Amino acid sequence: MIKESLEGKKIAITGATGFLGTALVELLLREVKDVQLRLLIRPAGRRSAQKRLERDIFRNDAFKTLKDNLGESTFEAMVKSQIEAISADISKPNLDLDEDGIKEISNCDVIIHSAAAVSFDEPLDRAAEVNLMGPVRLVETLKELNASPHVVMVSTCYVAGNRKGKAPEKPLSQSPFYVPLNWREETEAARRTRAYTEDDSRRSENLEKFRTEAKEELGAPGISVIASKTEQIRERWVKEKMVEAGRERATSLGFPDAYAFTKAMAEQAVQEIRGNIPLSIVRPSIIESSWQAPTPGWIRGFRMAEPIILNFGRGTLKEFPGIPEGIIDIIPVDLVASAIVAAASQTPPKETQIFQVASGACNPIRIGILADYVHDYFGKFPILDEKNQPITPSKWEFPGRGRVVTQLTRAKRLLKITERTLHKLPIRGTSAMIVADLEERRNELDKAMEYITLYGKYVECEAIYDVTNLLSLWEKITDTDRQAFPFDPRIINWEKYVYDIHLPTVVTQGRVKTSPTSTSVDSRYSRLRKQVLDPKRQLAVFDLENTLIASNVVASWGYLATKRLSPSERARVIAKTLLEAPNMLAMDRRDRTDFLRNFYRKYEGAPIAQIDEDSLDMFNEFILNKSFPSAIRRVREHRTLGHRTLLITGALDFVVQPLKPLFDEILAPSLSHEGENYSGKMSQVPPIGETRAAVLREYAENHEIDLSESVAYADSTSDLPMLEAVGFPVAVNPETKLATLARRRGWLVENFQPISGSPKKILPLGTSKES
Amino acid sequence: MANNRRKHPRPGLVLEVDRTTPPTLFHHGENFKLEKLPPGRSRIIYPAEPLPGMVNPNQAIRDALENPLGDSPPLSALLFSGMKLTIAFDDISLPLPPMRKPDIRQRVIEAVLDTAAAAGVDDVHLIAALALHRRMTEAELRHAVGDRVYDAFSPSGAIYNHDAEDPEGMVSIGTTPHGEEVQINKRAAESDLIVYVNINLVSMDGGWKSTATGLSGYTALRHHHNPQTMVKSKSFMDQENSELHKSNWRQGKVLKDSGIKVFQIETTVNNNTFGYDGPLAMLQKREWEWTLKDRALFLGMQGGIKRMSTQARRKAFMGWESPYEITSVQAGEVEAVHKQTTENVYKQHLVKVDGQTDVLTMGLPYICPYNVNSVMNPILVACLGLGYFFNMYKGKPLVKKGGVVIMTHPTPWEFHPVHHPSYIDFFDRVLSETTDAVEMSQKYEKAFAEDEWYRHLYRTSYAYHGVHPFYMWYWCSHALEHLSQVIIVGGQPEAVRRMGFRPASTIQDALEIASDTVGFSPSITHYHSPPILMADVT
Repeated sequence: MIKESLEGKKIAITGATGFLGTALVELLLREVKDVQLRLLIRPAGRRSAQKRLERDIFRNDAFKTLKDNLGESTFEAMVKSQIEAISADISKPNLDLDEDGIKEISNCDVIIHSAAAVSFDEPLDRAAEVNLMGPVRLVETLKELNASPHVVMVSTCYVAGNRKGKAPEKPLSQSPFYVPLNWREETEAARRTRAYTEDDSRRSENLEKFRTEAKEELGAPGISVIASKTEQIRERWVKEKMVEAGRERATSLGFPDAYAFTKAMAEQAVQEIRGNIPLSIVRPSIIESSWQAPTPGWIRGFRMAEPIILNFGRGTLKEFPGIPEGIIDIIPVDLVASAIVAAASQTPPKETQIFQVASGACNPIRIGILADYVHDYFGKFPILDEKNQPITPSKWEFPGRGRVVTQLTRAKRLLKITERTLHKLPIRGTSAMIVADLEERRNELDKAMEYITLYGKYVECEAIYDVTNLLSLWEKITDTDRQAFPFDPRIINWEKYVYDIHLPTVVTQGRVKTSPTSTSVDSRYSRLRKQVLDPKRQLAVFDLENTLIASNVVASWGYLATKRLSPSERARVIAKTLLEAPNMLAMDRRDRTDFLRNFYRKYEGAPIAQIDEDSLDMFNEFILNKSFPSAIRRVREHRTLGHRTLLITGALDFVVQPLKPLFDEILAPSLSHEGENYSGKMSQVPPIGETRAAVLREYAENHEIDLSESVAYADSTSDLPMLEAVGFPVAVNPETKLATLARRRGWLVENFQPISGSPKKILPLGTSKES
Repeated sequence: MANNRRKHPRPGLVLEVDRTTPPTLFHHGENFKLEKLPPGRSRIIYPAEPLPGMVNPNQAIRDALENPLGDSPPLSALLFSGMKLTIAFDDISLPLPPMRKPDIRQRVIEAVLDTAAAAGVDDVHLIAALALHRRMTEAELRHAVGDRVYDAFSPSGAIYNHDAEDPEGMVSIGTTPHGEEVQINKRAAESDLIVYVNINLVSMDGGWKSTATGLSGYTALRHHHNPQTMVKSKSFMDQENSELHKSNWRQGKVLKDSGIKVFQIETTVNNNTFGYDGPLAMLQKREWEWTLKDRALFLGMQGGIKRMSTQARRKAFMGWESPYEITSVQAGEVEAVHKQTTENVYKQHLVKVDGQTDVLTMGLPYICPYNVNSVMNPILVACLGLGYFFNMYKGKPLVKKGGVVIMTHPTPWEFHPVHHPSYIDFFDRVLSETTDAVEMSQKYEKAFAEDEWYRHLYRTSYAYHGVHPFYMWYWCSHALEHLSQVIIVGGQPEAVRRMGFRPASTIQDALEIASDTVGFSPSITHYHSPPILMADVT
């Protein structure tokens, strides 16, 4: 009946690149003969609809069984003759369709609308544009075209809102929980909220806050990097505000989140404007991995429950919100897809027909039972920690959401404080990497908490979703159809589903460690190191201070300034420099270029000949002694491999002059001359921060070097523009901020150390006689 | 005090270890170990006690200058007004540890300068004959020649380090019948007379090696500083049987035939390395003769060392200056002088040893010729043990062919960034690929020798020449060819393995490892040095 009625029909689908959409495409292709599918796909970036059809849909493993059964070429032919991608965007007027698209849409028999912004952290206006205005635009377009295909709209059970008791398969207006919603006004309000929030984010005190935050995160990498970071933070802030607005508005009207809220409005809106377009609404509950087809446990992307389950398996989450006797309403994706197809195959009804696809009413799984399954599963198949020890799952005690959240919040706050404190300490290298670890842990907690907050709402929502319509449809269909389109929730064996299907999928998808491996930090670093030392690289650029040597410009000056002084004069210089230190440090933190400009004034009037002579002594007695042998070795390795080597430093040219033969080239600022003396003024902008990146780009251009094939070594976030300019950045003895960034971006981190017993003076002093 | 110094010092000793033998001292880098050797099959070779020093060394020096050996006129007869005089002297690698002031070089140079001044010579240069070693710092030069000499010559730039990479500063003299190129410092070559001031610490030093090597460069040195020559030098401490020396002597003949005049002054010192009394005196005593005070001092020292930072420990050890006494001065024609000198060296060092051993043990000290005021890196550990100590024999090697050497040293994976830059690359790049001296010499030696960065550091900083780590490895060639295994007790495992040796945590473990090749009850000989001893094995 289903098969026959849909045979040879033309069906348009929105949201085909999504989890449910992909399952739909696969199911229709597999079970309905000669079905013509028109997939409305939004071009993403430079990727066209056609490209996305190939990459995002047909490369998915959902089609593996079908390809295997048909053979690659038959499958290809089938796809070619039965499927067409139509470029469309439901958030734009007329769906942004071109002429061909319009033609295709207007003669469709069925349109399945499954496109939605399902992410729980969707900003209010975006949720409204996509979830609410999307279907409105679709219906309006159809009306304009005078087309009246059977529209099957995918909604959600949670449109019923956060209420206890039975939720019937009826239009919301007929539901006992009905809250009249003015969808037009809500949309306008959402748009206004966006405009207001955008304005708010540009208020000077907010912009200042963002900038401070950017500086706190990055240090002083230069204006443009800070600027783009600030903008990033502003955008994130706006998004957070909009997400919050969505959540708040949804909660105020009794919905768990903006998704359910906007979907509820969409149902009403579409019914209101549909005219004579026949409409079916399918409301699934929480969609999870498949029960049987295309393969048991098939899933696309990470859903809501997975992160919670994984965090539980990993031991980060010890408790779960909700009550043991509560029902968790989940439904495998293949059942939902089948129900949708079944609904679509019905003779277009005059009245809106509604099907709820949910398990709670006819085959409920209780949270306590689910918890036991999960607990058993991870007891038997534990996730391993970094030392390959199994992590023992803890037994849930259901302390209520409040306490779980408090626990998490407390842990998070503690981590945050520790992280902040550590950021302020002058630590580098290995110890700095600890801070990076902390950040990772905090992010994990963050995520777990967000899921808990959200999932908690779903779990605490004790509504029972009626499935009478669904089951009577099931009664009507033939055995053949039942085979092809199983959508009866009663067929699910929950123990088998959780234990044998869902959890193994989650574990595989989550790429957690379940068998002992040596995927340690060391092996990751050695892989990265191999990339860095690949003969294909073209240029290796090095920073000087704390990358090649454990020293800085102040130290060099200290040496040169005191080399020819008597002991008492020397003491005076030390005292004076120490007094200036706090100011200088503060300036350095604000802007390194200013600091250097200011600091180099100290060289004013220094005799050129003498400084040049003393610089060589300094190099031998001081700089080389404080050098990192492995760093110098690294420069040599790059040269041996045929890479060009370049030193870019803010240190003065006479200081680094003796390093010349080590590199192919050195770019360092020089001081202008006044007769026989140095003027204390730099002849050019020192290569620091973004200037360094600019100098590097110019250098690469002049030498026809591809920076994406180049390596850069640096130790601090002030070198961020340079590190970001190359394809293979390496953080050397990173300070905490860079350590965190390097960890986040998967950069190679090297710990180059001076030899034990090398001089460790705060301010090195030159002596005319070496002892 | 005085009773510690013997009027008739006892010669070296070979002690058979029995149950009553107290634990034996092993040097262990900047530390010491006391080890029990298996009784019944172990023996310990002790160096001879220090020979009496000269009562009036300054007078002895003057006498030697005026009563030269061989066919040389007295020094005063060789000096004349208006001449060019070059005084070349041994560098920081001699003696070891550095000697207390005044250094012999200072005494000899002052005497030579006095004679030169009397003859009206005013064009005098002083050159540290360091070949491809690192340059000496001002402080080190001052220590060697004394402040008075340094201050007199430094302002005019007449005292300096030899620079074998100065294209303007080196000249080719010719080629030996064996095809070996001869090269020398240009100033020395153009001088009317070269006076060479040597310290003959071990029998390898001196003779033509002073000028033909010390004032030479890579072009000439590669003809004898290579694996082929070193394998044929059995040992390089025994001139009669050393291909290294034969090659140097051939080069010396070319120098002589070209008209270059060398007045050689050689000196010897006794075995008073650690003093008759003082904090380290027990190190040159035999363990069963340690007094209560010696034991207490030793324990205290070990405790102190443990608590010191790396930096403090290194400073303390490198600060030790030996109270050597001068035992002889010879001057005149190179070969005649050196014959006499060698006899005097042997008098102090040779110890008669009967028969070879399966296992040779040695405790490696904190210093070797190439890490004065520096770090003893793994390559230098290998060189000290397998180059120097292993070759301290005349006749037959102490250890049988196919035997095992067990040495103790922490062997840290650490390199001095100023002194040993090319060692870092050598260790990382060359040794990770091959430990075969011949293979590495063919594949890598030239590139290291001609590397611009190393050349720059050798000439302007204080780095050993780029090729130097190769020479260190070649020095081990004879031992590596002779032995079946080398085990380093207490060494950093990765560093030890990189060199193709086996790390062990205790002597017992080392003997267990050695049993693979020498069985479970091998004969063991402990080479108890420093102070220096040379085994005369029959």
